[in-house]
Amino acid sequence: MEMMTVEQAIYQALAEEMQRDNRVIAMGEGIATKQLQLVEAFGKERVRNTPLAEAVVAGTAVGAAASGLRPVIDMLFAPFLSYAMDALVNSAGKLRQISGGQFEFPLVTLAMTGSGWCVGGQHNHNLEAAFVHMPGLKVLMPSTPADFKGLLKSAIRDNNPVLLFTDLGLLHSQGEVPRDTDYLVPLAKAAIRRIGTDVTLVSYAKTVAVCELAATQLAEQGIEAEVIDLRCLKPLDETTVLASVRKTGRLVCVHEASGLCGMAAELSALVAEKAFESLRAPVMRVTGADATPPASWMLEQVGVPSVQNIMGAVIDQVAIKTMPAAYRLS
Amino acid sequence: MHTSQYQMAEPTDKSLQWLEQMQLIRTYELHLAAMQSKGVPGTCTSVGQEACAVGVMAALDKRDRILTNHRSAAHLLARGASPGRLLAEVLGRIDGYCGGFSGSLHISAKELGVILTSTIVGGELSMAPGVALAQKMGQGEAGGIVTVFFGDGAACEGIFHEALNLAVQWQLPLLFVCENNQWQAFVHRLETMPDNAIINWARGHGLMVDTVDGNDVHAVFESATQAVSAIRSDSMPRFLELCTYRQRGHFEPDDQAYVDRQELAHWLERDPIKRLCQRLLQQGMLTQQSLNNMQQAIDEQIQAAQAFADASPWPDAAMLTRHVYA
Ligand SMILES: Cc1ncc(C[n+]2csc(CCOP(=O)(O)OP(=O)(O)O)c2C)c(N)n1
Ligand SMILES: [Mg+2]
Repeated sequence: MEMMTVEQAIYQALAEEMQRDNRVIAMGEGIATKQLQLVEAFGKERVRNTPLAEAVVAGTAVGAAASGLRPVIDMLFAPFLSYAMDALVNSAGKLRQISGGQFEFPLVTLAMTGSGWCVGGQHNHNLEAAFVHMPGLKVLMPSTPADFKGLLKSAIRDNNPVLLFTDLGLLHSQGEVPRDTDYLVPLAKAAIRRIGTDVTLVSYAKTVAVCELAATQLAEQGIEAEVIDLRCLKPLDETTVLASVRKTGRLVCVHEASGLCGMAAELSALVAEKAFESLRAPVMRVTGADATPPASWMLEQVGVPSVQNIMGAVIDQVAIKTMPAAYRLS
Repeated sequence: MHTSQYQMAEPTDKSLQWLEQMQLIRTYELHLAAMQSKGVPGTCTSVGQEACAVGVMAALDKRDRILTNHRSAAHLLARGASPGRLLAEVLGRIDGYCGGFSGSLHISAKELGVILTSTIVGGELSMAPGVALAQKMGQGEAGGIVTVFFGDGAACEGIFHEALNLAVQWQLPLLFVCENNQWQAFVHRLETMPDNAIINWARGHGLMVDTVDGNDVHAVFESATQAVSAIRSDSMPRFLELCTYRQRGHFEPDDQAYVDRQELAHWLERDPIKRLCQRLLQQGMLTQQSLNNMQQAIDEQIQAAQAFADASPWPDAAMLTRHVYA
């Protein structure tokens, strides 16, 4: 094990995979300036600074992926993905199926997002659910340096287009990371961060830690919360979520992205469809607003899920002793 | 159009006013850079590019509308923005031009004619033809034109070419101003484009172009004045490339470890403020004493601006969902 930041874990994973497989290449605006160790190890042929041209950088990655390379592209901030949408959604996501399965697109797209840097809505916009909505794509949004390493390595070895979102608030956070160059975290496997019996808190990225804090404080009040870190939003680990909700009977979904058509909505539907009979209270969502993320520090603070919001939702849920008739199966 | 690269134009009686504006911009930007250590959100400064903003704005008037990008403080200040309201915006306070919602990266000030600022590189280029179309179709002030400021990096985005083509084909009253500051965040321009000039792309789209020394405020003013009057008379777009240099890092704080020291030194020698001062001192339009007085007054103005911003309240939480819809 080795202490490192999320950022270091990302570039360690990339370096290890580039070492392992010379088809892996990295492209981005400034990657060859900022990650000199990659240029030194693998040369400018495989570590490429690009022009400001997200549309064609992503398109080039898609074309190269279909033709034998395994590109990793750094799109910097999530809102810049809008220029890359066509290549990622219409090409990488669809052309395998459209072509009757003739092509594979082993391609990883990196993008940062999230509150904490006061950069405002054209740099901070949690778009993960928009990509979850797109067929053919896989979407990761981890919370610990070890998961960043293990999931990115799995993503690079996967034969499908994967997006990995990095929460800005986590970029410089530290954690223990295995040194093993084959340390892989499987896609589609959620992690249980805390075991509990009274309520299930499901989250991902920066708000996992907020859920854990809330769980600690809830425990002082005698409420035992289970905390699930999805890590991978698509494919979704339904089994882990359902098993937990069947045990606790309560679900609170937490994320910074807007609640409207977000992951929390999907989880609510999942539980309503497949674990309805175990619910002892309505599912609750603690999410960002359906609005542009603000730059102002004060607004950023109040706009994201807090320990208080989460505790409030859980306490409201626990207060419901019997489900209203409408919720009971006859 | 002529190509007047690196030629020195004669000073005019506006020179002192321009010097003052350029000094104000620089002092404001250096103040913000110094504030980084105090936890102020990072910004993209326009240090070294003051002559571009001041020279072009001097050629425009109140009827005209302007679009800009992430590196906008110089444009705003040259257009008469209040440093206090700008600082309040950067600090996320309610007296900022956008009520604190924008922060430093996308400050629009409709009252100054600085509209639709986008920090998505190329975002300003995508919207500019529409503003010019509305102008052409009678929605702006009579006789007004539209100016869009962008960088050499934006010229690499596909949207740049789309905007130029449309502006020519639809004969839009639009002035494209490319501030070629040699840098695209952490990548040097020479790493991203084979040609040495962006005007050649613009020429290829059929635009009338000019390129001037962007560190010579008089040259910028002359060239912009010609372009602006031509657009006012024939409603056809024009393209101006201003050769300049980003003297500081992309985004504060930035150690500029990746910057070639010789290149930086070369451009520091050509500093727009230093050159203007030297010229005005030589010609007797300025004395060292009046220069000192000017700087002192500007320093006081910035201190007052900071005090104004510090005193401005934080926005109310209700602002989070205000202005989502009209
Ligand atoms: C679409 C998009 N891609 C990347 C960025 C990140 N970024 C912000 S400014 C910048 C450099 C822009 O270079 P240029 O257009 O030359 O303007 P300059 O910063 O030099 O003024 C980059 C890469 C962005 N804001 N938007
Ligand atoms: Mg530039």
